[in-house]
Amino acid sequence: MKVKVSTKILLAFIVLGVVLVITEVLGLSPIALLEAALLAMTPLALAAMGESINQKAGLVNIGLEGIFLITAVAGVYGAVEANNGMVGLLFGVIIGALIGLLFGVLSVYGRADQIIVGIGINVFAIGFVPYFMMSTWGFPGIYIPPKEVLVPPLPIPVMRISGITLLAITLGILLHLMLHKTPLGLRILAAGETPEALDVAGIRVDYVRIFTAILSGALTGLGGAFMPLCWFGGIVKEISAGRGFIALACLVSAGLEPLLAMSFAFIFGFAEGLAYTVAVTPGIKEAIPYHLVLMIPYITTLAVVTAFIGKRRFPKAIGTPYTRE
Amino acid sequence: MEKTFIASSKVIQPLLHSGLALIIGLIAGAFLMIIYGYNPILAYTALFRGAFGGMAEFAETLSFAIPLMLTGITFAIGVKAGLFNIGAEGQVYIGALGAVLAGAFLHLPFGVHVAVTTIFAMILGALWSIGPALLKIWRGVHEVISTIMFNWIAFYLTMYFALYHLAEPGRAEKTVSVLETARYSVLMPGASLTSVIFISTAFCIVIYLFLTITKAGYELKLLGANPDAAKYAGVNAKRVILSSFIIGGLAAGLAGATQIIGRPPTWALYGTLGNVMGLGFDGIGVALIGRNNPIGVIIAAIFLGALKNGGRYMEYSAGVYSELVGAINGLIIIALAVPEVMALIRRHLKRYKP
Repeated sequence: MKVKVSTKILLAFIVLGVVLVITEVLGLSPIALLEAALLAMTPLALAAMGESINQKAGLVNIGLEGIFLITAVAGVYGAVEANNGMVGLLFGVIIGALIGLLFGVLSVYGRADQIIVGIGINVFAIGFVPYFMMSTWGFPGIYIPPKEVLVPPLPIPVMRISGITLLAITLGILLHLMLHKTPLGLRILAAGETPEALDVAGIRVDYVRIFTAILSGALTGLGGAFMPLCWFGGIVKEISAGRGFIALACLVSAGLEPLLAMSFAFIFGFAEGLAYTVAVTPGIKEAIPYHLVLMIPYITTLAVVTAFIGKRRFPKAIGTPYTRE
Repeated sequence: MEKTFIASSKVIQPLLHSGLALIIGLIAGAFLMIIYGYNPILAYTALFRGAFGGMAEFAETLSFAIPLMLTGITFAIGVKAGLFNIGAEGQVYIGALGAVLAGAFLHLPFGVHVAVTTIFAMILGALWSIGPALLKIWRGVHEVISTIMFNWIAFYLTMYFALYHLAEPGRAEKTVSVLETARYSVLMPGASLTSVIFISTAFCIVIYLFLTITKAGYELKLLGANPDAAKYAGVNAKRVILSSFIIGGLAAGLAGATQIIGRPPTWALYGTLGNVMGLGFDGIGVALIGRNNPIGVIIAAIFLGALKNGGRYMEYSAGVYSELVGAINGLIIIALAVPEVMALIRRHLKRYKP
């Protein structure tokens, strides 16, 4: 099984190589392409890693899209109010964590249908975000904060890369180690596989799940605030554009492994970066209509999920509330 | 006492839960108004007047309810079969696109043209729903992911056609209008209610009958309620999943058509898709409030239609931006997801009924 997955990953990288050659032929700048891919990867990776751990513990939050949307406006709001982009990112993390906590409480103690709560978070966000933007900034659809409150990329030569991107990659490794090398990780895995056994061992299943729900919300919140503050430099009311679901595609394709989920985030980020780069490249933008180019990330996601989902195994107790006897 | 409570619980408890969720949603909405210094009483009064203040207002509310009951059916028939089909949004776009194509470019006699356009839009909606259905059946791709991807592909595809191939000459913001022969008749001057409401309610009732009296409907419900029992009963799960998606697609395609050929004054699709956007997601709330029962869905659609229609008056007279209605819908969905809300009521009822 493992071998097969790695050959598929290898294949994916070969495809990436071919795409890079094509871009070279078309005259696209590979540096610009990589920059775009890393930017697009970051929110996907953060949300996918956090939520994969949440799902390992047995909770399924499909409200990532809504958390992205809400924390994107929350991040801009915090940054503008404090006149500091880092405060904005922190604001995104806190609001994301709070939504994660709410989801956790409803799922663990309220025994809610987790999918429906997730859908509710998404529907709420679609209405709340334009309402918030209208009430706060007077425009329902778009807001461009002053340039000073944005978070600039790292001051290094050759390419523009955000510190948050490096943080995301580091977090991926740390989360992997946490999940597979620490007692806490063992408890998270047990909460998703055999919550009864964990309970018998004297560990509170509810605490473990609430913890992962908050972690997932907080990381998704960082990704949400990243979009306007480190990437787009402004906010539109549909800023997340389905990325919450692409993040779900990452973790499902990765069988809930955080590091693997990050690799998938890179593949999807690359597809998105390619779409944006192609969409603005002279000579190509006239030939291929902009709207069709923008479909690339979604088609890639469908294709990749279809190819990888095959025999993925998910935790036994996934999506089901646990009651103490 | 206990026995009568259980006997009546099949009807009364869901009603109570829905009612309570609505109240929770509206109260939470009021808090969101207070935060920004709006007066919620003023706002809700304006909303109620705008939705039910007179015959014209009520007709407009019904007009808002038409697409919502159909997208509600899309989600409800999915849940009945054990699926979370949130693809109505994209199927609405494709249905609307189909309605523009057939309505503006075919030349057919009066009556026939309306029917052909409606059916064409429904078929396109159904075709768009087959992709996620097949991915689910063949590869086990979760429908929540695949339907959202199809929604976004539909979004850009429809926008592309609307802007580059179907735009009205000289007016880039909308497509060409459908021909007179392809339009449903307006029922009342001063409101946008058209005779398409009969088609949409009839569709919901047909789905209700399908679920209650046909064998296929029974199999669909069995698969949703108990997949193992369905397997032992010899239900072909793949066929049921496919049919659930297709029925949902037909409903959503029809919902898209109603906004093009069943709603004055534009009789066209906006280049931003503004007049069809969000209808699919609104339908999720409608389905859940209506307890995924087609008749309940009709009633819930009128409720959400009233919120959406009255929301415009609320914005006009109380200054509360009407998108808040969407947020309230989300809160209602969350409240409906939590069974413990009902358990709380039951405990209270028990306390007062010894």
